[in-house]
This record gives sequence, C-alpha cells and structure tokens, in this order.
Amino acid sequence: MCIFTIARLTFREASRRWILWAALLMGILFLVIYSIGFNEIQKDAQRQAGSNPLMQFSEIYNFLTLAGLYSVNFLTVMMAVLTSVDTLSGEIASGTIHTLVSKPVRRWEIVMGKWLGFSVMLLLYLFLMGGGVLAVVYLLTGYLPPNPVQGMALMALNALLLLSVSLLGGSSLSTLANGVLVFGLYGVAFIGGWIEQFGALLNNPTAINIGIISSLILPSEALWKRAAYEMQSPLVAALGFSPFTSNYIPSTAMLVYAGLYLLTVIYLANRQFSRRDL
Amino acid sequence: MPASLAIDTHGLRKVFDDKVAVANLTLSVEQGEVFGFLGPNGAGKTTAVKMLLGLIRPSQGQATLLGAPIGDRRARARVGFLPEHFRFHDWLTAAEFLKLHADLYQMPPEISRRRIPELLELVGLTPHASKKLRQFSKGMLQRIGLAQALLNDPDLVILDEPTSGLDPVGRRLVRDIIRDLRQRGTTDFLNSHLLSEVEITCDRVAFIKFGEVLKVSALQTLVEGELSVEIRARHLSPEIVAGLSRWSQNVRLDGEHLNLTLPGEADIPALNRYLVENGVEVYSLHPQRISLEDLFLQIVGTDGGL
Repeated sequence: MCIFTIARLTFREASRRWILWAALLMGILFLVIYSIGFNEIQKDAQRQAGSNPLMQFSEIYNFLTLAGLYSVNFLTVMMAVLTSVDTLSGEIASGTIHTLVSKPVRRWEIVMGKWLGFSVMLLLYLFLMGGGVLAVVYLLTGYLPPNPVQGMALMALNALLLLSVSLLGGSSLSTLANGVLVFGLYGVAFIGGWIEQFGALLNNPTAINIGIISSLILPSEALWKRAAYEMQSPLVAALGFSPFTSNYIPSTAMLVYAGLYLLTVIYLANRQFSRRDL
Repeated sequence: MPASLAIDTHGLRKVFDDKVAVANLTLSVEQGEVFGFLGPNGAGKTTAVKMLLGLIRPSQGQATLLGAPIGDRRARARVGFLPEHFRFHDWLTAAEFLKLHADLYQMPPEISRRRIPELLELVGLTPHASKKLRQFSKGMLQRIGLAQALLNDPDLVILDEPTSGLDPVGRRLVRDIIRDLRQRGTTDFLNSHLLSEVEITCDRVAFIKFGEVLKVSALQTLVEGELSVEIRARHLSPEIVAGLSRWSQNVRLDGEHLNLTLPGEADIPALNRYLVENGVEVYSLHPQRISLEDLFLQIVGTDGGL
C-alpha cells in the first residue's frame, strides 16, 4: 500500500530534518521544568497544611495538572500545524511532488499517507507530553484527575483536527497563506472560547452565542474545554468556574460536530489535492 | 486506435486562467520509437508532458498513454518519468531515494534489492549510493533522476530536458542509455531544446510552438532531405544557369559563386557532369546539409515563440 510508503516517508523526513528530535528534546525539557516546579509547589503546600486543616490537596493537584495539560494542548496544536503546514504546498512549490504523483499512486494515497504519518507523530507527542504531565503528578503525589483517558482522547482529536485543516489548506494554498489561515482560525476559536466563558459567568447569551459560532468555525477550543471539563475536580465542577473550564460546557452535539468536521476536512483535502494541477 | 501507439493525443488543450499553454496538440508516437518533442521555451512542452502523465488535467481533448486513457494508474506503472527540474527529497540517500520509488511502483523487495544496485551502476553513482541527495551536484541529481525513471523497466520513458544539466560525459551516458532502451524496444519521449542531442538520438521529431504541432517528421528524411550546394566556378553563362532549373528552383548567382538547393545528394554527380560538359570550370563544389537548427528556426521562426 502506497499510503504506508508515504507515511513512512513523512516520518523519516521529520526524523532526518530534526523535527522529531527537536520536539522530543524540548518535550523532555518541558517535563523536567514541570516536575521541578510541581514538586516545589506541592512541598510548600504540604508545609502549610499543618496550619490550615481545610486545605484541599487534590484541588491544588488538579489545578496544576490542568495547567500542565493546557500547555501540552497548546504545544500539540502548534506541533500539528507547524509540522504539516508545508508538507503539500512545499512539495508542490519545489516540484518534488512530480516524481511522486507520476508513479502508479492515487493522489488520495499521498494525502492520507501524510495524514497518517503526522497523526502517528502527533499522537506519540501527545502521549509523551500529556502522559508525562499525568505521570509526574501521579508519581509525586499519587493523584490522578478524573477521566484522564477521555480527556487525552479529546486532546488527540483536537490535534488531528488542526492537522487535517492544515492539510486542507496546503492542498490549495501556499505554505505561508496556509499558516496564516490555520493560525487565524485557531485564534478565532480561541478568543471565541474565552468570550463564551465570560459570557457564561455573566449570563450573557450574546457572548455565549459568539462562542458557539466560533466553535462551529473551528471546534478546537471547544474540544479542549470539554477535555478540561472531563478532568476537572468535583469541587471546581460544583463551583462552576476555573481558568480552564466554565459552567457552559461544550455539548455532546458539539463533539459529534467536531468529529464530522474532521471527516469533512479530510475528505475536502483529498478532493482538492486530487483535482488540482501539479 | 492502433494498439501500437505509445502516445496518442487528439486536440489536447490546456488553458491556465486566461493563458493558453497548449492550444491543440494532436500527436501520435509509436511504440519502440525515440521521439523528440522540440520547441522554444514556453511552447507548452512541459505542460503537454504533464497532461500525458496525469499531473495536469486537460481543458479539452483526449489522449491515451500505452493504450489507456491518460491518468490511468496501470499505464503509469509502465511509464518512467524524469521531470524537468529534478527536485527530489534531498534528505534521502541515493539508495533510499530509489527504494522509495521502487516502493511507489510496488516493486517486490527481492526485485528492488537487485534492481537498485544495477541502476546505480548504470548511471555511475555506485560510489555515492549512501550519500544524501543534498550533497549531489546538478549532474548527479539528473543521473539519479534518470535511474528513478528506469526503475520499473518501463515500456515508455518520458524525459523532460534530460541532458540540460549534464556535462559532455553525462550527455554521452544519456545517449547510450537511450540507444540501449531503443534496442530493448522501449519508447522514448524526449522533451528537449538541445537540438544536437535530438539530432543524434531521435527517430522522429515534432516541432511545437504556442502549444501546437507545426510539423512532425522522421529525422532521417529531414537529414537526408534537402541540402544546399555552394559552387565556385568560372564561365557560368546565363543559359547554363537557366539549365539548372531541372534540379533546383532555388538558384542564386553572385559572380563566381553559385548557390542552389537540391532535393537530395543523389543529384550531385549529374549536376557536376552538366557543368563540366558545358565548359564550366568548377573550382569547388560544397554540399551542406540543412542542420536541425536551421530547420528548427525555419519552422518555428526566430522570434522564439515569445
């Protein structure tokens, strides 16, 4: 199957061009900093616990875990876009695509091969980083947030979503235009998510609707908010507000929408690349 | 459609936005021939080749490649292609690059293990097998590109400007490879503006300008055809010059210098005898072939199609 040949090629390119190693190295650095920082804070909390019997350790751990995962989510999104933004448009611009597509390969096999290669890389990255954050917290304190698997799965879906949007852009735009477009969309979803959060806090329906519309444009922030909701502590859930979640939770319908969005974007990327002149 | 045609196009046309790249390409290339596709820069040669390979969708017209409609995957499996700018994944080594393309041809590993060293040897890159393509010179890239185009032992090889980056040694190599392919019955489609190369290697040529075929001709008849003869002689009377009309309609006399064109070299002895028998003193008789370059300029024009 040519899909696997292209997937392997994508993987090998990331490795040869030091993308994989840079990500791995920086990922390890991130986890080292996180574990040192986390350890310091939790030691401090333990010390103060003597004078404050009401202190809820699990709340602190949950907050710090979500702060770590929030960073991981952001880094994974960046990684999804940065690694793939140039992969189709760059090969088209340089002409390396010509020897590929003139082979007995279907065009969609090239797109899906690249998608598969990048997906595996992103999932490994997310597993290393997100899993690393959870492991650091667990090893130092024995704490694990609720629903870690669901939370990580939603973050993975988010990464695949942005990867697919970036491949769709790359099938018709130049690398730079594609990068501007994808990050622009992400920015819209991001700010929409915050407006929605404050809207929910202030009970402002217009602000909530702005958030929903921005999530329909790109459901990436919605996926993160749902992931954070799944993993938040019961107390925060009862209070209804934290920097990471709000009492206005992306619905299951939004998750279904995100799934359909992903499939549609993948389909369009394949169709666009199959139709275009190279 | 005769099954023996390697390439068969009817009214192929490609318009980009409002620019006509290929106007109306009708062409047939028989299996086993070495076909030269000639034209000035911007004549639409590369666009035409890309349409044949399914890289570009024609705006109009039909074409078949090895009997299958263009874009057919099974036909592409029997085709080898060297693109014009030979830009490859330069972070691969030469051997890895060939393995990648063998995989894309879905070649069984036991065959590619044998085939890849063979091809590296053929194009003279065996000592550089594990060097990254990034370190390759232009000529070496062209050689590895050529190896890539021959991996699948193709029935049709399409080479877009195969010698443009090569030094004389490399050009000789390409010529030898093409000769070898011809002997094995492989069809070669050569996109080139290097006329001397075409002159040496091709059976037939098509002249193309503004995306249209102006003339298709067997190179043999082109070369064996018309020639111009330059004669220096004395005692050329107007009657004698008028008598030359039986050989040539195109006679020019300038003092002792007589220029005329002949349909073929078979007429030269008779022409010479005629002159001598009529008392003309012939000092020199100099037949000259019309070169492919002259012919190219004659057919395509000197404006370069710009």
